[in-house]
Amino acid sequence: MRVAELDHPTDFDGWRRGARALRAAGVSPSQAVFRVAGEGAQGGLFDTAPSADFASVTAASEAGEGSPFTVPKAFVDLAQDVILHRSVDRFDLMYRLLWRLQDAPNLMRIVSDPDVADALDRAKNVSRASHKMKAFVRFRQVHDDRGEAWVAWFEPAHRVLERTAPFFQRRFTAMRWSILTPDGSAFWDTETLRFGPPATRDMAPAEDEIEEFWKTYYASTFNPARLKTRTMQGEMPRRYWKNLPEASLIPQLIAQSSQRTAEMVAAPAAVPNPRFAHAVAPDVAPAGQADDAVPDTLAEAASVIQGCRRCPLWRDATQAVAGQGPPEARLMIVGEQPGDQEDLAGRPFVGPAGNVLDQALAQAGIDRASVFLTNAVKHFKHEPQGKRRLHKTPNAGEVTACRWWLDHERRLVRPRVVLALGATAGSAVLGRKVTVTAERGQPIPLADGSIAVLTVHPAYLLRLPDEAARIAEQARFIEDLRRVAAMI
Amino acid sequence: MAQLDLRRKLSILADAAKYDASCASSGTSKRNSVGGKGIGSTEGMGICHAYTPDGRCVSLLKILLTNFCIYDCAYCINRVSSNVPRARFSVDEVVELTLNFYKRNYIEGLFLSSGIIRSGDYTMEQLVEVARRLRVDHNFRGYIHLKLIPEADPLLVEQAGLYADRLSANIELPRDEALHRLAPQKDAAVIKKAMADVRLKVEAAKPQKKDRARPPKFAPAGQSTQLIVGADGAPDAEILARSSSLYGGYGLRRVYYSAFSPIPDASATLPLSKPPLMREHRLYQADWLMRFYGFSAPEIGAATVGGMLDLAIDPKLAWALGRREQFPVDVNTGPREMLLRVPGLGVKSVNRILQVRRWKMLRLEDVARLCRGIDKVRPFIVALDWTPGGLTDAIDLRTRLAPAAAPEQLSLF
Repeated sequence: MRVAELDHPTDFDGWRRGARALRAAGVSPSQAVFRVAGEGAQGGLFDTAPSADFASVTAASEAGEGSPFTVPKAFVDLAQDVILHRSVDRFDLMYRLLWRLQDAPNLMRIVSDPDVADALDRAKNVSRASHKMKAFVRFRQVHDDRGEAWVAWFEPAHRVLERTAPFFQRRFTAMRWSILTPDGSAFWDTETLRFGPPATRDMAPAEDEIEEFWKTYYASTFNPARLKTRTMQGEMPRRYWKNLPEASLIPQLIAQSSQRTAEMVAAPAAVPNPRFAHAVAPDVAPAGQADDAVPDTLAEAASVIQGCRRCPLWRDATQAVAGQGPPEARLMIVGEQPGDQEDLAGRPFVGPAGNVLDQALAQAGIDRASVFLTNAVKHFKHEPQGKRRLHKTPNAGEVTACRWWLDHERRLVRPRVVLALGATAGSAVLGRKVTVTAERGQPIPLADGSIAVLTVHPAYLLRLPDEAARIAEQARFIEDLRRVAAMI
Repeated sequence: MAQLDLRRKLSILADAAKYDASCASSGTSKRNSVGGKGIGSTEGMGICHAYTPDGRCVSLLKILLTNFCIYDCAYCINRVSSNVPRARFSVDEVVELTLNFYKRNYIEGLFLSSGIIRSGDYTMEQLVEVARRLRVDHNFRGYIHLKLIPEADPLLVEQAGLYADRLSANIELPRDEALHRLAPQKDAAVIKKAMADVRLKVEAAKPQKKDRARPPKFAPAGQSTQLIVGADGAPDAEILARSSSLYGGYGLRRVYYSAFSPIPDASATLPLSKPPLMREHRLYQADWLMRFYGFSAPEIGAATVGGMLDLAIDPKLAWALGRREQFPVDVNTGPREMLLRVPGLGVKSVNRILQVRRWKMLRLEDVARLCRGIDKVRPFIVALDWTPGGLTDAIDLRTRLAPAAAPEQLSLF
């Protein structure tokens, strides 16, 4: 048996020195003992005083003699956590791992190994104890000659005071506070964090006037109809209850819950309070009642279209996106449907395809502000995929249903030229199936005397993967726009 | 006497706020009070300071500014026609309570909502003023969640986003038609537009590479919403489809599901029974599958019976039992996406399996050490020393894996 003595229960440097020496001396885990000064049974079965040769090995190791060895950083980090665990065999476990690392340098990565899993589990308990300390410390206010200060008594599940105190320093930098625990104390005077000896509960104040407010809040925020005591206990273990002022209310809240719920369920539906009848806000008009209205102005069209229920697309869209532009516009541009950004903003052509269109319009010498921009379908058709919405092309039924609105917009604007972007827009304008490649750029006379022109949708340009093809297609698109500019 | 009044108000206005499920304080930008004059910090991870016997945590001081309300939403205890006692905090009272609680480490911050008084704009102004005083006058750096009044002026939303970590507007019911029936003063379209507006503002505040100066942060913890379950007739599949569309549309961090709970002084139009807590739990599990496991709403919907999730087993197991041809998956070679679909394996377990298998072939006992329980996993995997044989296709597999009897909640005392 070789014994390495540590100064205190969380003496990581002492453990590291001892473990380094033991390993360098070839002491196997079964022969190594770690002992905290002043702790443990005296005169145990295997207990021997640190031997002279051990001391010499320690000295040699510290002088950098003997075969040097390295361990992965993950091991050192883990050891620093595990050492805060209250189990007595924590030093032995970490020494065993250190020993095994000689033959298995990747051991720390094999988290299914029993020793590694055990160590990780203890580290997790330590980190949980630290988290619970952040949650369950309750400060009480005191006054002294320097003014107000805050004192808490806390009993952490593991030795996490020093590890967790900086959290309170960052959070309550401008407050003077102390946290007293059976392991030690932490003091913050707004400038320096100091640690002191173990404390007892009577050294902390016994009450705080705000506590009654806190208990009032705790009791009021509990819903008796949803009793789930096991969940509560899983998250707030009983070991912490005695130092939580609000926990004293728990038995009473549980005891009353079933009766309170039964009373709520059994109580007859109440007669509405007549006192407030005069204060009632007006009902909003139920949507979808005016979607067959014949609008007299563009503004009216933009308003009644919000209630459109002519097809089911309204359900998952944010809003209908009506056309926008001057009512006397000579050019109307019809896209397919609003996209993600248009759906959010409620305006046509504000997304990526809109940017492409804007640039092309500028290059063709057309002022966007003079154009009436709209879409064949006014609600965004999409399919959710993860956290995104994927555009889906509207079907013929949806296009037909939405022609109601496009026809009204055309009637109210009376443009000279209607430029349809893509096949969907083309079919909405012409009322028949169209092939853009076959009819692109040709003036097509419409029944109301205006002219329709077909071209591609700017989104098509965005999707072209080949840079050269995109530049060529972009030029063709601008060419189409120039031809249209000449017609208006 | 004045103090008693404040406590009475606190009990009324906390009670009135407890039906909102959200109390999260995580995922915002990191900050602390070092070098400042005030107090407070947020470090990314939420902290639950207490748990009530309903199993829910107290992370924030969750209160209403007032429970007076001119709306008459049938599912809400604060509706105008309700007979509950009414109260109203002053802006200063909320600020003082928040700071007093925070200094004693009771809370992570404030979650402030309100009944609608006078108008949406007036109410929102008051909410924003509380947040402004905390942030500006008191240099408070803890967490603030403000409830949006959807019909309020977008300029107020803009200000709210500058002071608050999170904003939320509750969509309330999965069916727009039902919202109109039960909450005649609310308009689903207006709520959606408010959420769309927040998403656009959050995106506009994201720094671009070309920006020299960082734009001011806007609601760094994003937005969330709540759906009440069991008050209208919507089945689970429809609820999940709605959530999926909300996540995709508005970049929500969370959709909360709140089992409709009997409320004192309830309206005659609503079912009065114990809240469907297990249903709510299954919905959260299904929601989790959508957010972290690559499941889509229709996939989960396909594993339901008549649109309702199985209450006896979790939705992932229900899905796997219906798609047995996809199993077993070899833990030593299977792709991550398929491992994530094995019942009983969580994201952490899968990550550990992927890590370990680079160094050694996994046996069943290795897998057992990497997950919470091996029983549910066993029929669906192949390991070095394990094949499930006919177990995967066994007719009685569901009975073997489902808990023998419905677990009953035992009293602690």
